[in-house]
Amino acid sequence: MIKHSDKKIENAAATATVAAGDYYLAEIKAGQTFRIVDLEGNQAADTLFYCADDPTERYSAMDTIREQGNLYLTAGTVLKTNANNSMLEIVADTCGRHDTVGGACATESNTVRYDLEKRCMHACRDSWMLAIQENEEYGLDKNDIAHNINFFMNVPVTKEGGLTFEDGISAPGKYVELKALVDVIVLISNCPQLNNPCNGYNPTPIEVVVWD
Amino acid sequence: MLNILNPTDSTSRYTTNIDGGSHWSVLVRRGVNLRLTDLEGGANVGMMFYNPVWLSERYNAPDTLKCQHTFKLTQGNCLYSDMGRIFCSIIEDSFGWHETMCGNAHAQHVSKKWGGRDYQSDRNAWQQNGYDSFLVELAKYGLDRTAMVANVNWFSEVSADDNGNLKLTRQSKAGDAVTLRFEMDTLVVLHTCPHPMNSEATYPKKPIRLEMFKGEPVTEQDECLNHCAENRRGFENNALYLLGA
Ligand SMILES: [Zn+2]
Repeated sequence: MIKHSDKKIENAAATATVAAGDYYLAEIKAGQTFRIVDLEGNQAADTLFYCADDPTERYSAMDTIREQGNLYLTAGTVLKTNANNSMLEIVADTCGRHDTVGGACATESNTVRYDLEKRCMHACRDSWMLAIQENEEYGLDKNDIAHNINFFMNVPVTKEGGLTFEDGISAPGKYVELKALVDVIVLISNCPQLNNPCNGYNPTPIEVVVWD
Repeated sequence: MLNILNPTDSTSRYTTNIDGGSHWSVLVRRGVNLRLTDLEGGANVGMMFYNPVWLSERYNAPDTLKCQHTFKLTQGNCLYSDMGRIFCSIIEDSFGWHETMCGNAHAQHVSKKWGGRDYQSDRNAWQQNGYDSFLVELAKYGLDRTAMVANVNWFSEVSADDNGNLKLTRQSKAGDAVTLRFEMDTLVVLHTCPHPMNSEATYPKKPIRLEMFKGEPVTEQDECLNHCAENRRGFENNALYLLGA
């Protein structure tokens, strides 16, 4: 569902540009609103959320999918934790649909999906691993690297049970905006994927904006 | 004779029945097959897979689905870990569509649909839920809820319409069975609690049969190996992992 936001950049509390292949890790307080902008289009923002008070409670793709009875995320979707509590709500979305089935790219899955010799190509899970190593204060480890959201990705499931990776329905400047319902840690890998035609083999930066 | 699988005897077989609303875990060695049979119809088996050597290596539903371009799991599919390896292959399946995206019912779902969980009155007929079942089994191996990623729900078909709306569209009939061939040593954690989208009038307490027996070696003609180029590369990753074994 397309829903625009009336928030103005000049009123933002913080902005950050995240280069392709980099990560973003920060805490967002309950009540704050958080926007991810696809600056150049067809980029994937592979995102994980944790409860700041206890990161063992985290975003759960399956709880979110099951509770809303729908595979795709858009304005109105409430993101659920692994304890089935509400965590964030998508309050604006100019893209219309985001994926949480397809997971993140990893060097290991790249060997299976593309070629055994692609094992050294940079991938989202590497970005997350570096993030948790460089930011010990969050207390995250590999066990916390779970099933994520792919903002701006389009992964339709067919009636017959097929799974396809379609060209993005995103475009330059499209954004998704989430309101935190509890204090959350957000961890984004701005996808460095060079094997997938979805992004035209051209990873690009994203922008993150936070409002109080 | 012991009812325990003897790996040197190809006719040996371990058989047990597991009541509905129960949970269990077992280490399944490479080369062993595990067959699940729905005894009465309408069963659901929630299942998770871990590498016993590094418990942080676990079943990865997204990698499993996207590398085989499928949303459903059935014969010919392999179940992948997050490390690009294959825990097991689905070598037989009479049901045709097992789902792996809806997770487990929590206590709140069960009590809302069917009333609370009351061991004092109901004893082992209590209305257990899949989420707590997994938590109990995981704790036995030092794992907590962070280890609980998307699981398989055997015998439950969940399909999506064009807009992504999900429905539990079909459950298995009595006698439906699925056979998994293990390609590496795997800790299997399972429950027989109702699928989270089950909406029957009474708590479905459906037993299953579980059998373990020695599998045939993987041949060059193997259906799972040849299902797609991705699976062949998955088997190559396993061969590297098992180098020298
Ligand atoms: Zn990626």
